[in-house]
Amino acid sequence: MECVFGLVGNGFSILVADTSAVHSILVHKSNEDKIMVLDSHKLIAASGESGDRVQFTEFIQKNVSLYQFRNGIPLTTAAAANFTRGELATALRKSPYMVNILMAGFDKETGPSLYYLDYIATLHKVDKAAFGYGSYFALSMMDRHFRSGMSVEEAIDLVDKCIIEIRSRLVVAPQNFVIKIVDKDGAREHAWRETVKETTAPPSA
Amino acid sequence: MARYDRAITVFSPDGHLFQVEYALEAVRKGNAAVGVRGTDTIVLGVEKKSTAKLQDSRSVRKIVNLDNHIALACAGLKADARVLINKARIECQSHRLTVEDPVTVEYITRYIAGLQQKYTQSGGVRPFGLSTLIVGFDPYTGVPSLYQTDPSGTFSAWKANATGRNSNSMREFLEKNYKETSGRETLKLTIRALLEVVESGGKNIEVAVMTKEHGLRQLEEAEIDAIVAEIEEEKVAAEAAKKGPSKET
Repeated sequence: MECVFGLVGNGFSILVADTSAVHSILVHKSNEDKIMVLDSHKLIAASGESGDRVQFTEFIQKNVSLYQFRNGIPLTTAAAANFTRGELATALRKSPYMVNILMAGFDKETGPSLYYLDYIATLHKVDKAAFGYGSYFALSMMDRHFRSGMSVEEAIDLVDKCIIEIRSRLVVAPQNFVIKIVDKDGAREHAWRETVKETTAPPSA
Repeated sequence: MARYDRAITVFSPDGHLFQVEYALEAVRKGNAAVGVRGTDTIVLGVEKKSTAKLQDSRSVRKIVNLDNHIALACAGLKADARVLINKARIECQSHRLTVEDPVTVEYITRYIAGLQQKYTQSGGVRPFGLSTLIVGFDPYTGVPSLYQTDPSGTFSAWKANATGRNSNSMREFLEKNYKETSGRETLKLTIRALLEVVESGGKNIEVAVMTKEHGLRQLEEAEIDAIVAEIEEEKVAAEAAKKGPSKET
């Protein structure tokens, strides 16, 4: 039921993920942020086993930081993606990480990029990608409407189209989505698309 | 005495570990390094022995980052420094991974000192031939700290300290002239201490400033030259002031 998708635009990359943390029929929370900021100009969105998801992405994040301290310059997005794929591949024949990953980044020399990594250590550099049941709808919408070099407004418009499809056609659709963007100014949260707000206050009598 | 200095694990009859003391000698021969703690700034300064003409001086960085909020300068065997710094950087990230918290300055100092001590109590190895000056801000309280470790594995916190060549002269200077400073004053105090033992000029010293907001910032040669010029002027003015009144009377 987890949906993660992303696309590359004109000088930026966008990642969208649902924010539900589910255990069988129970929704633990509906504001779980599954898109981690890997470093100043990289985002990593992961879906899959919740334990593996957090452990693996944090492990990758700390190793990316270590590289930066050791060498004085940050890893490129391609290098980070290949490193991540290497870790997935090494663990695959012992005790695999059950996580699917989309990595988006912006490099000064090569611009924005998006990488697709699945749990059996596949690595592809792509313009648009999606994971989960929502991928059936998101990919179809992106195949129809995606153009290379879209502006932020056009890309967000396409993202909203995908979210509408997922919400209306998926039987157990996630309630909320988070949208994060990475461009020359860095990686940051862009917006949320919520249908249900997590509140701590009890309903008024 | 010669019989008790071969192996590190052998005490001499009068209670010395000679290998550790010889390691301290190696430190005393290393380049001068000084650190000063201010209220909101910590400054590290290191003597740069004249770089060869054909050498790219940018590849010889003596003040390094261990994490966003921790920096280290050292005196002694630089190759040993690389090993310690690498292990410390890994520990900084490992700490963040396991407890989701950045290290405190004391924690990473204790870790580095612990490593140095381990090598004074193992067979077949020699101690690390360097003393380190570790500076940083506590990630939550923002309190600045300066620590020093040495080859024996001892560590302690300081308001200002020096190590390496002529460290005694620098420490004497600091003891005489230390007061609570902040910002540019801390920077000037550090450079003045270094200038006691180093030929003046931006070419011969490497200085880095650490603040809570901006982390570690290495100063450009031009900036260092400007401050050195300021210090020289102040010295001249002080000399003139001393001589001036007596001339008038």
